[in-house]
Amino acid sequence: MSTSLRNNRAVALAAVAAALLLLGISLAFYWVPNAPIEGFRQRIFYVHVPIALTAYACFFWAAWKALRLLWTREQRYDLESYTAVHMGVIFGVLTLVTGSIWARTSWGVWWTWSERQLVLFLVLFLFYSAYFMLRYSVEPGPRRANMSAVYALFGVVLIPVSFLAIRLAEGLIHPVVFDRDVGSNLSGSQLLTFLVCFAGMLALAGSLYVNELTGKRLDARLAELREALQ
Amino acid sequence: MIAARGLGRSFGAKHVLRDLDLDVAERDLLLVTGPNGSGKSTLLALCAGLLVPTQGELEVKADRSRIGYLAHEPLVYRELTALENLDLYGRLYRVPERRERIGMLLERYGLWEARRDRVAAFSRGMQQRLALCRALLHEPDLLLLDEPFAGLDEEGAELLDAELGALAGTRTLVLATHDPARVASLATGRLALA
Amino acid sequence: MTYLADVGTLARKDLLLELRARDTVPAMLLFVVSTLVVFNFALPAGASAEAAYGLLWGALVFTAILGLTRAFAAEREQRVLDGLVLAPCDRSAIWFGKGIAVVAFLALAEVVALPAFALFFEPVSWELVAAVALASVGFAAVGTLLAAMAAASRARELLLPLLFLPLVIPIVVGGVGASIGDDPGRYLGFLALYDLIFAILSWASFEYVVTE
Repeated sequence: MSTSLRNNRAVALAAVAAALLLLGISLAFYWVPNAPIEGFRQRIFYVHVPIALTAYACFFWAAWKALRLLWTREQRYDLESYTAVHMGVIFGVLTLVTGSIWARTSWGVWWTWSERQLVLFLVLFLFYSAYFMLRYSVEPGPRRANMSAVYALFGVVLIPVSFLAIRLAEGLIHPVVFDRDVGSNLSGSQLLTFLVCFAGMLALAGSLYVNELTGKRLDARLAELREALQ
Repeated sequence: MIAARGLGRSFGAKHVLRDLDLDVAERDLLLVTGPNGSGKSTLLALCAGLLVPTQGELEVKADRSRIGYLAHEPLVYRELTALENLDLYGRLYRVPERRERIGMLLERYGLWEARRDRVAAFSRGMQQRLALCRALLHEPDLLLLDEPFAGLDEEGAELLDAELGALAGTRTLVLATHDPARVASLATGRLALA
Repeated sequence: MTYLADVGTLARKDLLLELRARDTVPAMLLFVVSTLVVFNFALPAGASAEAAYGLLWGALVFTAILGLTRAFAAEREQRVLDGLVLAPCDRSAIWFGKGIAVVAFLALAEVVALPAFALFFEPVSWELVAAVALASVGFAAVGTLLAAMAAASRARELLLPLLFLPLVIPIVVGGVGASIGDDPGRYLGFLALYDLIFAILSWASFEYVVTE
C-alpha cells in the first residue's frame, strides 16, 4: 500500500465520506418529515443505527482479515485485523453514546436493559476491549498475531450468540418495557435518508481505517529503517 | 535436511538473528557457537518449529515425529515421576515397545533407581539426563540440542559423549554449546553466531 | 483411533497432576462455598428466590475462573507446553484432554456447591443440575482456550477473567433461565447450542493459539 502523501484513493475516500455524511445529516435533520409518534427526537435514528451497523461491519471485516491471517500466515493481515477492531470499538462506543442519548430523549433514562442492541453493544464493547488487553500483554510477533486473530473470530461468533442470549434473557428480567416505533416500514424519504447516512458512516469508517493503517505501516517502515541503519 | 536463506528472527524490535544462510545435510553434525544472546537457542527453536522466521526462509525436511529437541528447560512435569514423564512422551510420540525403550534409556543414563521419584526431587544434572532421555526416546532423525552438557556432572558428560559418538554419522545433529572443544572432533560443520 | 488415544493420554496426565499436587480442586471447593456464604450476606432480607439462583451462577462463573487460572500453570512454569506442542499429536488434543480435566474439576466443585446452595438458599431442580452440567462444558471449552492465551501473556491471571467474562454471558443467561424460567427446556437447548458452537470453534482454533 502506497504511503505517499499523494495517495489519491485515501483522499478520495475521505472526500466521499465527508460529502455523504454532510448530505446525510442534512437530509436527516432538515428534509425528512417528522416521525409520526416520536417526532423530532426520532431523527437520531439516522445517526445511531448506521453507526451500529458500521460497527458490525468493522468487526466482520476484522474477522475476515483474521481468517486470512490464519489461512495464509501473512503477517500484514494482523495489522489490518487490529485496525478494523479498533474502528469497530470506536463506532461501538459511539453506538452506546448515541443509543444512550436516544434512550434519554425517548424515555428519560440514560440506560435500559430492554434495548437489545444497546445491551449487545455493551457486551461487545467488553469483549473487544479485552482484545486490546490481550494485545498489550503479549510480545509483538507471530504468536500475538495468531491469538488476536482467533479472538477476533470468537468475537464475530459471539455476536449472534449474544443476541440470542439477550433475547432469551428478556423472558427472565422484568424490565419496564419501552416500546419504540422504529417502524419496520420506512417510507421512501426515510429509507433514502437512512441509506445515505449508512453509506456515509461506512465511508467514514473506511477512511479512518485506511488512514490508521497507512500511519501504522509508516511507523513500522520507519522502525525497520532505523534498525537497518544501526 | 535443513536449509535457510536470509533467515531472520526478531522479537518485537529486537533482532536476534539476521540474514542467516545455512545448509545442513543429512547425518551432518553442526556445531553452533556464540556468546550469550547471539541467537543459538533461537536458531534451534526455529529448526524445531517452535518459532517461525520473521524474515527469510527456513526449510526443515523432517516432521515433528522425527525431531528430537533438547531445550534449556527439561520440558518435563515436576510433579510426575521420571517414568510417568517418559511414558507420556512415549505415548504421544507413538514409540514402539515403549516400556522397553524407556527402561533401556533410564538404565543407560543412570536414572533407573530414581525412576519412580518425582522430577521435583531430581538434581539439575538428573533433570538434564531425563531431558536427554526424552529427546532420544523416539529415535529422531534430527536432533537439536541446546547446550546439552549444561548441568551434567563428569559421569553424565561422559555418557553424553558416548551417545553423541554413536549418533554422529547416523543422524543429523545440531548442537549449540559453550564448550565446542568437547565435540569438535565429531563436527562436520561449524556456525559461529555473533 | 490415535487421536482419541492422545486425548486420553493427555487427560489422564492432567488428572494425575491434580491428584499429586492437590491444589486446584480443594481451592475451588472452598472458594465456591465461601462465595455462597458471602452472597448470603450480600442478599438483603426479603430478596426473592430468583435472586439467589442468579447469585449461584455468579459463584459458578468465578469458581470456574479460579480453576481455569491454574489450568496451564504447570505447563507454563516448566515450559512443558513446548514439549507437548512439538509432539506429533494434533494440538487440539491438548485442548481436548485439558478440557476434560477442567470439566472434571468443575464437576467436583459443583457436587459440593449444589448441595450447599440447596442447604443455604433454595431447592435444586433437575433442570438446574442439567444446566450446570451443560454450563460446565461451555466454561471448559472456551476457558481452556483462553487459559492457554493468558498463559502466553505477561498479564496471566489478570487477563483470563477479562477474556472469559464477556464470552460466558450467554452461559449465565442460559443457566439462570433454566433455573427460574417457565420454560427451562428452551434455555437448556440454548446452552447445548452454545456448547456445540464454541466447542467446535475452540477445538479448531486451539492449534493457532499455541503455535506461531
